[in-house]
Amino acid sequence: MTVNGKAVDASVEPRTTLADYLRHQLRLTGTHVGCEHGVCGACTVIVDAAAVRSCLMLAVQAEGASVVTVEGLSSDQALSPLQTAFRKHGAVQCGFCTPGIVTTAHALLTAEPDADADRVREVLSGNICRCTGYVPIVEAVLEARAAYRVRRS
Amino acid sequence: MSARNSYVGSPVDRIEDLRFLRGRGEYVDDITRDGLLHMAVLRSSVAHGRIKAIDTAAAKARPGVHAVFIAADIGPVMPKIPLRTFHFKVTPETERYLQPVIALGKVRYVGEPIAIVIADSAALAEDALEDIAVDIEPLPPRAETPAAQRDDVLLFEDTPTNLAATVTCLRGDADRGFREAEYTRREKFSIQRHTAITMELRGLLTEWDAAQGKMTVSGAAKLPFFSRRVLAKMMGLAEESVVMIENDVGGGFGVRGEFYPEDFLVPFAARQLGRPVKWIEDRREHMLATNHAREVECEVEIACRRDGKILALRGFAYVNAGAYLRPSGLGAPHNVTQMMAGPYNIPHLNLVSKTYVTNKSPAGTYRAPGRFESNFVCERLVDLAAQDLGIDPVEMRRRNLVLESEMPYEIGQFTSDTPGSHKECYDSGDYSITLDLCLKEFGWAEKQHIQGKLIDGRYHGLGIACFIEGGAGGFKEDARVVIEPDGSVSVFVGCSALGQGLETAFAQIAADALEIPMTAIKGVYHGSTTLVREGVGSWHSRATVMGGSAIILAATNLKDAIRKHVAERFGCTATEIEISDGIAKAPGGRSVTFSELAGQRLAGEATFHNHLHTYTYGTHCAHVTVDPKTGHVGIVDYLAVQDVGRIINPKTLRGQSIGSMVQGLGGTFLEHLVYDEHGQLLTGSLADYLMPTASDYPNIRSIELEMKPSPVNPLGAKGAGESGIISAPSVMANAVAAALSSLKVQPNELPLSPQRVWGLIQAARQKNQ
Repeated sequence: MTVNGKAVDASVEPRTTLADYLRHQLRLTGTHVGCEHGVCGACTVIVDAAAVRSCLMLAVQAEGASVVTVEGLSSDQALSPLQTAFRKHGAVQCGFCTPGIVTTAHALLTAEPDADADRVREVLSGNICRCTGYVPIVEAVLEARAAYRVRRS
Repeated sequence: MSARNSYVGSPVDRIEDLRFLRGRGEYVDDITRDGLLHMAVLRSSVAHGRIKAIDTAAAKARPGVHAVFIAADIGPVMPKIPLRTFHFKVTPETERYLQPVIALGKVRYVGEPIAIVIADSAALAEDALEDIAVDIEPLPPRAETPAAQRDDVLLFEDTPTNLAATVTCLRGDADRGFREAEYTRREKFSIQRHTAITMELRGLLTEWDAAQGKMTVSGAAKLPFFSRRVLAKMMGLAEESVVMIENDVGGGFGVRGEFYPEDFLVPFAARQLGRPVKWIEDRREHMLATNHAREVECEVEIACRRDGKILALRGFAYVNAGAYLRPSGLGAPHNVTQMMAGPYNIPHLNLVSKTYVTNKSPAGTYRAPGRFESNFVCERLVDLAAQDLGIDPVEMRRRNLVLESEMPYEIGQFTSDTPGSHKECYDSGDYSITLDLCLKEFGWAEKQHIQGKLIDGRYHGLGIACFIEGGAGGFKEDARVVIEPDGSVSVFVGCSALGQGLETAFAQIAADALEIPMTAIKGVYHGSTTLVREGVGSWHSRATVMGGSAIILAATNLKDAIRKHVAERFGCTATEIEISDGIAKAPGGRSVTFSELAGQRLAGEATFHNHLHTYTYGTHCAHVTVDPKTGHVGIVDYLAVQDVGRIINPKTLRGQSIGSMVQGLGGTFLEHLVYDEHGQLLTGSLADYLMPTASDYPNIRSIELEMKPSPVNPLGAKGAGESGIISAPSVMANAVAAALSSLKVQPNELPLSPQRVWGLIQAARQKNQ
């Protein structure tokens, strides 16, 4: 598979989840594990353009796939427009759910840069945030739409 | 402070976000060590029983397993996790209800640790749990409070009762208040067991350096210095030999960082095996093993004059503490009596909490412990009394709020069945300000026409509630401010970060205090026991007030050190040196920059002492709709207004406010740790335990004011991390009651789940027929 654009090749135990593989073998610890039963969304990564729970996918199922984690959406230089909007609106507190929300929002806005507030709330309803009450997160995602529209056009 | 430098009060972007948004936070499960072993915990599947035998041979024989430990392996004395109280001394009678670090002879709740396995991987350790055979003779479970109250089955056979603690709040003469009253009403209330459910699971990684006799524990949170004291004592080590490291923490809310059995078991295993050992909780374990909270039944009576003046409150709170008194186990039982009168001047109080041990998971503090519960009771009683007396609910509140002229306002005397007592004061405030502004911004008067109306199949209702929030507990905090070799400034503080943006707020405070740009602050380092001499931590909305004040004092000491040093260099007196913009200026145009002082190891250190609490206050208003066919409650508008004395960062404060309001809505409508009659937890996953999601509550607003600074700290700030959650259940229940006024429904039990609200509607219709 490719992870954040780099080809990776490994043998893993069949029972290893994609989340554990990313975290413990590739040391991409930005992907967080919050429930291991597919409810909290903290482990969300992008697999072939779709937002996926990496705790519910085995690493071997990702063979041949293109996987993008929060690290793949980040650079050492400036924050991305989506990340900048999160910071501006106070959409981050403890940061644990943040990578899963950033990957989910990125996948959404890449596919639907015109998503309205109801749509954003509907899609993000698969990611539990215990700190923010979601209001600033939704504000941030709505503001970031402009950057995705530009990217598309 | 320099007029040019005013970070405090500005919506500064958070420093922490730069790493969190890139996935570069470092939580405890993100760290690893060479030779790392992993721990898994075998937990009781029985709520109450006697352990007859444990056979670990098969588990020990599995490949990859290094050790299996049970109670018999711990040593001659089984350590018990101590109770943490500030106002009361713990007696030997109370200590009988404390938890051993691993089940000893009996199990008292589903989830209690019985054995631990240490293996090469977490998966191998979990696999081996299945090979441990435990023979438990079941005893009758006493999971619910009324069952435990019967005392026919005792959880602790060396005690005469399951009643573990009594706390009383007295003011005036409650019986006299009731004798003089023209109106009284007694009601029962109940608040369901629910808890914080942090998104990051608990975890610990311990390294034992046998040669140095030094233990390093990563994964500390909330109060690492307390945990170090406890662990050092249990391990027979000097405190200096134990280092607690705070990593990034994925939410605290009171439960994370308390001393749990695993906080002993992981270090114990690491020392036994001489290898680093890590344990990361899974979500099912979290639901069973991390502190529960909130479960209380109250029976409280209100006494009023006919004009609405409240004369007295008296009554009882029956707290379900779960199987053991955990370190913070008496927090809610204390606060539920202390906070019952809320923002009102009630001359006579006699409020007693009785805390029972039961066969459920042990309970502790969760954001606004005892405040959430008591505010629900008080604000419901105020609405009920107003209705009975024919007084407008806003007017009823206005007639009883503590006046600014009465500040500081002494609220009552607290006693407990453990020795000691103390008094408590509200520090400052004009409680009518937040009431008036909330009514105005909400449009309370304009919306009155909708009260109780049935529109398109839904009843509309407006609710109001007032609150106070205690903050700044813990008596003291340490800070140290240092000029680094590169001329930048590092800030070290004893408070812990739990996600609230501490680094940013403290960088703002330090930059203002030193009159330097925030970019000159190299970093804010917090939590770990290596940073300051004796830190305290983060709970009771204390970190910003106590840590921030300590930073101001430390910065003053650093400036004194700079003045002294520069005065010596230039041959003048220290008082002649002026410091601004990172430059120390002497008379005659001579000056030195902080960078030029870099090699001097100049530092300022200070402890901020404070025995007085801060009281943020405010008002919530809500507009709800109730669907009588389903019992679903929809939120049309929900506004909170609070005065926090002084705002450090409006952006992070708004985050605390809105976040806690929504968390409070979870506790009001959704969240419930449900047990069956056998003491089995039925809501052991996030699929069963419902928490607010992004689509549930879009219409949330908050206004934060800085009208009446606190006189008890140099910032003038008040703790403000919990206020949003406090009135969520009361304002929603009052709004639901208003919506269903035509049916005379009075919701006095939480959660206001669709089933409950629908049931109340059905019962009311039958009764009204």
